[in-house]
Amino acid sequence: MVGPVHYLVLAAILFALGAAGVVIRRNAIIVLMSIEIMLNAVNLSFLAFSRFPLVPVAPMQAGIYAGQVAVFFVIAVAAAEAAVGLAIVIAVFRSRTSVHVDEFDTLKL
Amino acid sequence: MDNLASLRFFLPESILTVAVLAMFVQDLLTRRSARRVVYLTAGALVWLAIVAFATLQMPAGTASLFGGLLQHDPLRMFFTWVFLGATLLTIVIAPNSGQISPNRLGEFFALLFALVLGMYLMASASDLLTIYLSIETVSLVSYVLTGFRRGDRKSNEAALKYVIYGGVASGVMLYGMSLLYGLFATTRILGEAGIAAQLSDVTSRIFLAHAFGGQPAAQLALIVAIVFVLAGVGYKIASVPFHMWCPDVYEGAPTPFTAFLSVGPKAAGFAVAIRFFFATFERQLPDGAFAQVGDVPWPAIIGIISAATMTLGNLTALVQTNLKRMLAYSSIAHAGYLLMGLAAASAAGVQSILVYLVIYLFMNVGAFLVVIAVANARGGEQISDFRGLSVAAPVTALTLAVFLFSLTGLPPLAGFTGKYLVFAALVQRGGFWNVILAVIGVLNSAISLFYYAKIIKAMYLDEPLDRTPMRVPRLYTGLLVALAVPLLVFGVYWGPLVRWASTAFGGPTPI
Repeated sequence: MVGPVHYLVLAAILFALGAAGVVIRRNAIIVLMSIEIMLNAVNLSFLAFSRFPLVPVAPMQAGIYAGQVAVFFVIAVAAAEAAVGLAIVIAVFRSRTSVHVDEFDTLKL
Repeated sequence: MDNLASLRFFLPESILTVAVLAMFVQDLLTRRSARRVVYLTAGALVWLAIVAFATLQMPAGTASLFGGLLQHDPLRMFFTWVFLGATLLTIVIAPNSGQISPNRLGEFFALLFALVLGMYLMASASDLLTIYLSIETVSLVSYVLTGFRRGDRKSNEAALKYVIYGGVASGVMLYGMSLLYGLFATTRILGEAGIAAQLSDVTSRIFLAHAFGGQPAAQLALIVAIVFVLAGVGYKIASVPFHMWCPDVYEGAPTPFTAFLSVGPKAAGFAVAIRFFFATFERQLPDGAFAQVGDVPWPAIIGIISAATMTLGNLTALVQTNLKRMLAYSSIAHAGYLLMGLAAASAAGVQSILVYLVIYLFMNVGAFLVVIAVANARGGEQISDFRGLSVAAPVTALTLAVFLFSLTGLPPLAGFTGKYLVFAALVQRGGFWNVILAVIGVLNSAISLFYYAKIIKAMYLDEPLDRTPMRVPRLYTGLLVALAVPLLVFGVYWGPLVRWASTAFGGPTPI
């Protein structure tokens, strides 16, 4: 039977993959995609905790839905972040015709 | 408190929302006018005055708004005044800075008001979800304003780096929040079933330990969750290890916005940190002292971050040649000093943070204002551009010397007051590690004198770059003096400031 642990481990793996993608990949657009993966991993974790509460929820019935509400907000914010992020990538591309993160070295120590 | 009754406490935020829209409309209406800069600035100031008036009319006391999503208390009111001060200075500075073109000024003000709205929410957020949403509101607008000079390579690059670091930091914070939600089955911090209530309730702690297969496991999960949440807060206040965006963004962003960024969102980040840690993991005793709840070693975590932040900030600032970048590292170092007040985990510690933030507002905005004035007149922000400033612009040079010595923390300037109160809070709290942290803070202040003095040497002792008097707008000279004088006053007479801070936090009523 699939229980909370499966979902939580999957969420942790997805989160780690996203974080690794941010560090390893050099294309700004793929870095933004990796950030989206991190946020979706968090969504999965919220939903798992909401579906399979670890602590007794009798005195706090509303709490069980709070995780699902959070997911809606995270999705909306992630979309806004992607919109701003991609707009900035376009602005950068216009000024130097590349989206390669390694080449962004005008600002330095 | 239900939603309708809460609206009364939400008035400044509502007005700010209207102000954002109104600034966009005014921008469109005055598009053809030759005097649009004057109209827009006046419009922004009027809106700010209305917000300030609404803030002033707020009832005193404590109230839980919108069913526990926001919290109205004196701490929130204190921070709103810091935000309003920073916004006022930015609105006055921006039109003459030469970095924001006149036909985009309305846009700038509208976005600035959206940012202030986010900071207002940060100061009152008392639910994990509202904390996240308010931090994101501030972040998203900050990204846009950093990349405000569209054609500028530096500005674009800074904005992109900011988005990437910010996205990662908020993702990590959100993961920590999901763990906290899993542990407590609620996102409320305060209130009857909130995290604070559950942590102080022994029965729920035993349930918690049972669900995680033992006390150590539950404790570990809690600490991991807190460290993750700290990532989001640490990124807003620019503390190690989430400081990397700071120098690039400060250098690339338009300078009036850099000045705002170094004060406003940093203060808002501290508002979130104070509320989160003190509401959740501390309980106020009847005598006003704080006692820890739930055995979470959060002051130790903050202390380590604080020591690393100020040491790294100061050591890296030593080798900088661009003044904006040096001030960025100096602002990282100051985040470290401010975190010391949080690590003290006492009412005195938080009060010292509040006092420090007010003083920091004056000295840091002042320093950036001089950078704007010099960059406009001499075309550069390098330290070499400041050579012989005392000959070309004596008043500007003198005020910059006041700001820099105040940032170092030399008496009798206000920076000394702030640092003294932070160190005093730590030593008063006692304990070996707290005293060690205070010693590290003092050593760091000594290091910081090197790089601040480097600029003062360039201004007063080096061969002048240009002997002809430098043109500084009269408005800027007036503002510089107006910012420098309070630093001299607060350096010797800090009673009112401390009293104000003590009414904001740690009074007889629990937060």
